[in-house]
Amino acid sequence: MKVSYQWLNQYLPLEEKGIQPAALAEKLARTSVDINDVYSPMDGLKKLVVGLVVACEPHPDSDHLNVCQVQVSETETLQIVCGAPNVQVGKKVIVALVGARIKDNIKIKRGKIRGVESNGMLCALQEIGFSEQVAPKDYEAGIWFLPDDAVVGDAVYPYLGMDDTIIDTDLTPNRGDMLSIFGNVNDLAAIYDLPNGFESHPVVESDEAMADQLSATLADEAIAPAYEMRLIKHLHVADSPMWLQIKLWNAGIRPINNVVDITNYILLKYGQPLHAFDYAKLPSHQITVRHAQAGEQLTTLDGEARSLQASDIVIAAGEEAVALAGTMGGQSTMVDEQTTSVALEAAIFDPVMVRKQARRLDLHSESSMRFERGINPETLHQALDEAAYWLAELAGGQVVAGKAVAARPQFADREITLSVRRVNHVLGTELTMAMIEQLMVRLDFAAHSLDDDQLVVAVPARRWDIELPADLYEEIARLYGYDNLPSTLPTMTKTAGGLTETQARLRASRHTLEGLGLTQAISYSLTTVKRAQQFRVAPDQTQPMQLDYPMSSDHVATRMSIISGLLLDVAYNHARKVADVALYEQGRVFLPQGGERPLEEEHVAGAVTGHLTPANWHQAAQPVDFYALKGIVQTYLQNLAVAGEITYVADSSRPEMHPGRTANILLDGQVVGFLGQVHPSCAAEYKIPETYVFELNLAALLAAPKRDKHYVHISKYPAVTRDIALLVDQTITNQAIVAAIKQKGGAYLKQVQLFDLYRGEHLPANKKSLAYTLTYQADDATLKEDDVNQAFEKVVAHLTTTLGAEIR
Amino acid sequence: MGLREKLEELRKQGIQEIKASADLDHLNDIRVKMLGKKGPLTTVLRGMKDLSKEERPKVGKFANEIRDELAQALEAKKAELATARLNAKLAAETLDVTLPGTPTVQGQPHVIQQIIDQLVDLFVGMGYQVAVGDEVEQDEYNFERLNLPKDHPARDMQDTFYVTPSVLMRTQTSPMQARMMEKHDFANGPLKMISPGKVYRRDTDDATHSHQFHQVEGLVVGEHVTMADLKGTLEVVAKTLFGDELAVRLRPSYFPFTEPSVEADITCFNCLGQGCAICKHTGWLEVLGAGMVHPNVLKMSGVDPEVYGGFAFGLGPDRFAMIKYVVEDIRDFYQNDVRFLNQFNQKG
Repeated sequence: MKVSYQWLNQYLPLEEKGIQPAALAEKLARTSVDINDVYSPMDGLKKLVVGLVVACEPHPDSDHLNVCQVQVSETETLQIVCGAPNVQVGKKVIVALVGARIKDNIKIKRGKIRGVESNGMLCALQEIGFSEQVAPKDYEAGIWFLPDDAVVGDAVYPYLGMDDTIIDTDLTPNRGDMLSIFGNVNDLAAIYDLPNGFESHPVVESDEAMADQLSATLADEAIAPAYEMRLIKHLHVADSPMWLQIKLWNAGIRPINNVVDITNYILLKYGQPLHAFDYAKLPSHQITVRHAQAGEQLTTLDGEARSLQASDIVIAAGEEAVALAGTMGGQSTMVDEQTTSVALEAAIFDPVMVRKQARRLDLHSESSMRFERGINPETLHQALDEAAYWLAELAGGQVVAGKAVAARPQFADREITLSVRRVNHVLGTELTMAMIEQLMVRLDFAAHSLDDDQLVVAVPARRWDIELPADLYEEIARLYGYDNLPSTLPTMTKTAGGLTETQARLRASRHTLEGLGLTQAISYSLTTVKRAQQFRVAPDQTQPMQLDYPMSSDHVATRMSIISGLLLDVAYNHARKVADVALYEQGRVFLPQGGERPLEEEHVAGAVTGHLTPANWHQAAQPVDFYALKGIVQTYLQNLAVAGEITYVADSSRPEMHPGRTANILLDGQVVGFLGQVHPSCAAEYKIPETYVFELNLAALLAAPKRDKHYVHISKYPAVTRDIALLVDQTITNQAIVAAIKQKGGAYLKQVQLFDLYRGEHLPANKKSLAYTLTYQADDATLKEDDVNQAFEKVVAHLTTTLGAEIR
Repeated sequence: MGLREKLEELRKQGIQEIKASADLDHLNDIRVKMLGKKGPLTTVLRGMKDLSKEERPKVGKFANEIRDELAQALEAKKAELATARLNAKLAAETLDVTLPGTPTVQGQPHVIQQIIDQLVDLFVGMGYQVAVGDEVEQDEYNFERLNLPKDHPARDMQDTFYVTPSVLMRTQTSPMQARMMEKHDFANGPLKMISPGKVYRRDTDDATHSHQFHQVEGLVVGEHVTMADLKGTLEVVAKTLFGDELAVRLRPSYFPFTEPSVEADITCFNCLGQGCAICKHTGWLEVLGAGMVHPNVLKMSGVDPEVYGGFAFGLGPDRFAMIKYVVEDIRDFYQNDVRFLNQFNQKG
């Protein structure tokens, strides 16, 4: 809420006590509500003075410009060319002198307009910083006229309320009471311990009785806990006086006419929204508050024809809906220049119903905002009566005696019993009963002690946010001052804390991949439906979980793999000419299983493209290929220490993957992941170069039995090696050969290592040559040459017979 | 010339040749030539048989002295030449040590992960446990159990991605409060937990908004937990993340699940409160929301608010990272430009 410092000063001796606006704002921020901004409407303006138009002649070379002589001091009259249609001799106007600064820091210079010298500018409000939504007149209507008694040569700011300072507060939903001057005055009186001089004006009723001129009823009591109306007749709609217009525009509300302005003034002062119906236009004077009928039509003040739903709430005159309750009035009964009588409504509507209606129709107004956050029932009568008072005072209306009442506001103080011991226990303070009582006095909450610990506090209805002792702890804490709270650490013991085994292994997993050269990425979990389905470890037809009401077409479904997000990262880098990318990501994928929520499975994935290490002055670049990535995955899995057997099986069935360069990764025969090259067509869709990826179901790997951490004895006896080179069919895999070697390797075979692979020239087309080093070692003796030879011969024979290998 | 003169001549000549020798092979030749069986010394000594009985031992002794002297000179020269040869080799091997080192591969943890890990380590050290929840949550745990019934105006504070009317992308990591409290056996001591993770809001992505970001929720519930403890805990957080003894300032705020609720500001780490561009000249940085757990929240999780109480806080690693590293666009965290990510490579 835009709170006027000058308005506050009408009720609180702030200036008198030396409390300046900036300090006040700071204090509010520290004690009450957040502050968006503190500003004065005159900030940035310079040399704007009151002028008197003493002469005005048409410009010789223009059909719309006038050459004005404007008196700007006792001795000085300036010639100013003005294009406003309404410029008029004898009017007091806003003059921007040469050297002045107007809106947007524009500087006014001496100049010639179509050959005629002009020494300044006559201004409309919009030209000195008023927004189009707030300025009372349209810009096209011309310049602004100051009051006739404005003193020539004076700065214009005080005449326009621009010398005020506005404290723009940002309220949390619980502090709806701070949406009024009344609430701000109360809170500031408590914060600064100042006398509260808030004033109301009592209504003066005429002799005319209400009788059956107006009646109000509730069709459903739940809609409006309070609903009252007054009838004011014989009024004259006109512009409001300056003081009222200033209060509105400084609060960001556009002055319209005295009737509407008075309702807005009361809204600001008490936080009580009012609505004025043109009495004569009401189709019936029997007012009912009811739910709308489905399909019922109502044209609101903004000219929009609205089709209503049964959940909406309306004010009906007779059968006809004439306003959306708490949200916006209807066009057919709106106040205009011809209005002479108004039915003035003061109500409290159900916050939830108003909220739903305002949201559904996207009609968020100053009124609906207040109804949603709560209305002070204590001041409903005061607000309605003061509005009637001003309608009499400013519009010459006569207030019909009595009210049409559908429901009177019900309220009572809420009694909350505080325990001083408990207050100190929660806040960590050492407050005494007397100190707490003193704080309650500042809040103007009645309090009396039951014993030396218990204090009964009567919380008035104007602070409807306070329901529980905890709410009062907050009042105590903020008034006592959060700065005065001590700082300690929880003293209790008995918590060991620490990461669980899974948490520790997830962290280790990340560190391993970083050590292997991959940088951690965090991508978006929400993606497109198509991408969400790609690269799944266990592909099936399941649709991803989709949002009901997404914000952007790029983020509509939860990912079922991590790779697709990493490929977007690769594309982002590639588009920025970053050729070498090595990323991994660890996180959740979301797999619908038919239940209310999907299964969230921890996965880890990587994507590499370009080079692992760039070319440099003394080494060639190391390009990424299948085996480079497989090396990373193998080392990673080694670090993960699962006990089961990991195997790699070629898979040509994954649509997003290169059919000849993809392997499933199996743990004891179960697929736990895959790695390989992204299919060139898929890469083209992602706009990425040749890229290698892997994804692992980390949850499954972590759930699998872990390898024992036992120390393996290192033999002190020498190892013996034998090399074997064999020629086999292209289709025979390394894995098959190694398995065959190990099968007949004997007890002393410790290691089998491939050291050469050759195909091409000098070999038949369908053949390849592989060479392995076999390492033999015994734990208890030096191996004899014969033993090794025998074991080796068995392997050779086995390879020849089972794989048709030709030993070279 | 007598035998003694011959020997003297040999000694002179030998020493001279050894001194003049410039490489080890040549030196070896000299050794063979001088001291070998066919060498002059041996030849001279063969002439000993012609000497008198008196002369023979004297000359013999002299000859041995000469042999030893030459052998020593040879050894000394050999060592000298070996050193010279090594030095020459080393000189030839000299490198330009200013040439760049061979690139190695090293990945980095994501900057947000670094902040989360720092916080996790801090709280684990203070005896907290880490509770990681699901990212797809029930409305019940994300809102209702946190004292946010349907149609509560505070739900407007968080625009939510709903999947169904009862399932949503969690908007905060706070659901773990209720999930942990209902499981915790307070007979075993207080509950001290943090819950880090991704959260989602129905927002349009721009420099300061992201539909996905991170949160670390903290909760301590026990019989003796005070707001002063909250303040002290937050001071430790500030010190851990920003390294200085920064003051923590609490301001009133509102969260339905805490009462009292506060926003916590810390002294700007950059200007230490003097006012600078980072803190928008206020001297303070708003870093997190916190408060004392609302009695309704305790009650709904089956915890007696008359006996137990505590504090909760929620902080944003994204915001911390933006503040700490002066990152101006939150999207930088999720686009994963490797040039961005690899900058955050300071360890410890």
